[in-house]
Amino acid sequence: MAANGDFSLLERPAHELAALLDSGEVSSAELTRLALERIEALEPSLKAFLTITPEQAREAAEAVDSARARSESPSPLAGVPIAIKDNMCVDGVACTCASKILESYRAVYDATVVERVKAAGMPIVGKTNMDEFAMGSSTENSAFYPTHNPWDTGKVPGGSSGGSAAAVAARQVPLALGSDTGGSIRQPASFCGVTGLKPTYGRVSRYGLVAYGSSLDQIGPLTTDCRDAALLTRVIAGADPRDTTCADVEVPDLAAALTGDIKGLRIGIIQELMTEGIDAEVRGAIGKAAEALEDLGASVGEATIPHIDYSLPVYYLIAPAEASSNLARFDGMRYGHRTDQKASGHIDMYSRTRSEGFGDEVKRRIMTGTYALSAGYYDAYYLKAQKVRTLLRRDFEAALEKFDILISPTAPMTAFGIGELVDDPIAMYMADICTFTVNLAGIPGLSVPCGFSEAGMPIGMQLVGRAFDEATILRAGEAYQEATDHHRRVPEITAKEGLS
Amino acid sequence: MTTQALIGLEVHAQLLTESKMFCGCPTDFGAPPNTHVCPVCTAQPGVLPVPNQRAVEMVVRTGLALHCDIAPHSVFARKNYYYPDLPKNYQISQYELPLCENGYVLIDTDSGPKRIRVRRVHLEEDTGKNIHGGAGAASRIDFNRCGVPLMEIVSEPDLASADECRAYLQKLQLILRWMGVCDGNMEEGSMRCEPTVNVIEPDGDGKTALVEIKNLASFRAVHQAVDFEIERHTKALTGGDETIRETRRWLQAEGRTETMRSKEEAHDYRYFPEPDLMPLAVDEALIEHIQGETPEGPDAVRERFVSELGLSEYDATVMTQSVEFSGFFEEAAAQAGDAKAVANWMQSDFARLLNETGTPLAEAKVTPARLAELVKLIADGTISSKMGKDVFEAMFESGDPPSKIVEDQGMSQISDASALEPIIERAIAENPDAVEKYKSGKKKALGALVGQVMKETKGQANPAVVNQLLSQMLDN
Repeated sequence: MAANGDFSLLERPAHELAALLDSGEVSSAELTRLALERIEALEPSLKAFLTITPEQAREAAEAVDSARARSESPSPLAGVPIAIKDNMCVDGVACTCASKILESYRAVYDATVVERVKAAGMPIVGKTNMDEFAMGSSTENSAFYPTHNPWDTGKVPGGSSGGSAAAVAARQVPLALGSDTGGSIRQPASFCGVTGLKPTYGRVSRYGLVAYGSSLDQIGPLTTDCRDAALLTRVIAGADPRDTTCADVEVPDLAAALTGDIKGLRIGIIQELMTEGIDAEVRGAIGKAAEALEDLGASVGEATIPHIDYSLPVYYLIAPAEASSNLARFDGMRYGHRTDQKASGHIDMYSRTRSEGFGDEVKRRIMTGTYALSAGYYDAYYLKAQKVRTLLRRDFEAALEKFDILISPTAPMTAFGIGELVDDPIAMYMADICTFTVNLAGIPGLSVPCGFSEAGMPIGMQLVGRAFDEATILRAGEAYQEATDHHRRVPEITAKEGLS
Repeated sequence: MTTQALIGLEVHAQLLTESKMFCGCPTDFGAPPNTHVCPVCTAQPGVLPVPNQRAVEMVVRTGLALHCDIAPHSVFARKNYYYPDLPKNYQISQYELPLCENGYVLIDTDSGPKRIRVRRVHLEEDTGKNIHGGAGAASRIDFNRCGVPLMEIVSEPDLASADECRAYLQKLQLILRWMGVCDGNMEEGSMRCEPTVNVIEPDGDGKTALVEIKNLASFRAVHQAVDFEIERHTKALTGGDETIRETRRWLQAEGRTETMRSKEEAHDYRYFPEPDLMPLAVDEALIEHIQGETPEGPDAVRERFVSELGLSEYDATVMTQSVEFSGFFEEAAAQAGDAKAVANWMQSDFARLLNETGTPLAEAKVTPARLAELVKLIADGTISSKMGKDVFEAMFESGDPPSKIVEDQGMSQISDASALEPIIERAIAENPDAVEKYKSGKKKALGALVGQVMKETKGQANPAVVNQLLSQMLDN
């Protein structure tokens, strides 16, 4: 049995923990207890969680331990604790989306991914912090508190899945789920030095994910390595009768696809994402990573996505347009916050409720989106954006005919300081410049740690693949991780503040 | 100045599916408030819609019955507006690419049949219901109806009068009921109608601004409101008064309309394709499958009744008043071998008794086979037409076969001359006056003698045979 406060166990990837669980060297109850202790120890400095669910987690852990005692194991990750971003419904647990408007809301059902995680025997330890309604790139848009980057608590963890990324980076929990509309899994994975996968649109059910941009949102894993990402994706992916946009495409055994062999793999570096807008340090790290991939037998060339400059305006028309409609239901009528002020009629009540309940960035996007869909502007904005989106998709199709995968920086910079960009929304939007184009194309994107800046902050490499071909980017990512150890580095916060 | 009214009708019809449009909640009417609800139809965070395939099929069936083109790919769209009875604050509807387009409905007018073009038929979801008043000042919302599948049928402005509107609605109601897609009850709100009206000067450029009328809860209200608006528009046009594009509300008690909102106050619904749903695909195989289970429409059946069974236009129309009625008629006519006789029974005694007893045709004890049997008993002279009426009443009440009723009550007609002759001879002997009159040329006097024979036989004598025998005996 692990000694009290011996957190080193949690520094191991989930697939290793699963092996220990299988051999009986550790129980899920112990692992879950450790994770809960570590969460408690680090939360004051990280604030990665919005809700911690110790009782639920312990019950689930005991249930999976007794199942194992009967020689039953519901899945390869059975018994490994997990954290869930606070925009996915866990029955009976708060689901706030880091918004005041849902501060009092308790989910009334399980999201499909949560149902699958539970069925896989994975104890849920809590709900992680995020930018309000997943709108943001730093987790500073949380209505409750910002999350701190475990590598430097003065810096942001990225966003919007900043809580999930920070929790995995600090080894509070081996696995977490995030959601990615424009980079919200990959960019915080990059900032926090963890592995994050945005699956193909339609790979994972969105049922129970509070919608931001419905045509872009995907749920995916944040883990310490690609093998864990492969295992967790297999747990959550696959057709769901409750989500008709979730494709009926078979989910391969992704972990089995991680052969370590990438000989002959054709890799294209996206040229447009290696220009001056990207920090030199980041570009340097990507260049080195490309060399490492070449050393492993891959061929590396130059790929081009000619319309990539349009991704920012296209994304900031489509996502807010969908959000303006998706967030209309938060009106104080049936659940969530309702104004205490005296309202004259229902429209006034909505107006006061929403003015009080939503933060600035959410309001900004609702207004932008409402405008883009308005009579007289629809053709010029929303419709035009959809057409350009088609061009972007074709760019990627063409590039992915020449190459098996594409690589680029995940973010143009390393984690910035808390408060540094809050007054400059456009600069903040630029933090996702490398990622949202992948959401627009609907294809899978993976971020793996590929180095550190001089200041000691992690740098991420994005690997982009063909639709429903997560296996190839995970295989390349895993081969790279086998050859490097960036992903194995653990932030010092564990020693400094975690182990008292 | 000659003027012409242009009226279009937008009809919302609740589909007869068992479950809601985008979730599995039941659709039946009258349950306690908020008992037919779930996370999806109350718009809990994170839910997604799943289209009801049955509802899609019903709209396709309707589209086929209305001679529409069926779109191989149609698109759901979000109609965005804030209202307490709409939990998502958007309604999933169809906008640019509806399921069905370019059809028509044939209506009967004084000047003959008229084709009213149908612009589109699309699928959407119903809203909940706001309940005002009651305990306290608070309004309450019942979401049971929220998400019930609705079909919207939009006509072109081809209707020219309130009478034509009524004919169109009645025809549409007949077709929807016939196809089994909607129960068509305007009073219960399962069929709702919003007319658009304006009046033009056909020989000039004059025209009034289009208005939409809301709050119409019956065919009668539609008729009255349309009449009211035509008059109001005609006066404005001939008087040169300005009109504005607006939505008006019908005030039933006052018999007039009033402004509800002007065009400036009209919603911008910010329609856009519903990203939570894939385009709706309807392939040839599905259309064929639906065609296979779709009954022949009322117009086609009516035409067939005229051309094949020799019914008059009027009789054929009455026989196609509902799918059940026409089915009953056709089966009975085939067995009886006399369509006209069956049609007569169905629109006289049968219709009267159904009406008097409030019995739906489906629950009537008379079957097509028994009605056919009755028609045959009269045709072969077993009973008279007059006796037939009594037999029918007995059949209607007991459900017994007519032959059994005739036998039980000893009602069969006496046509046997040898049985009738002694009775006739007696009548002649006992009524010398009538005989005298007849012989002196007053042929009508025969009636008294026939009457005497009928009386003696308690109505069972075959009057034709009695007449013939009497004439023979007296003329010789």
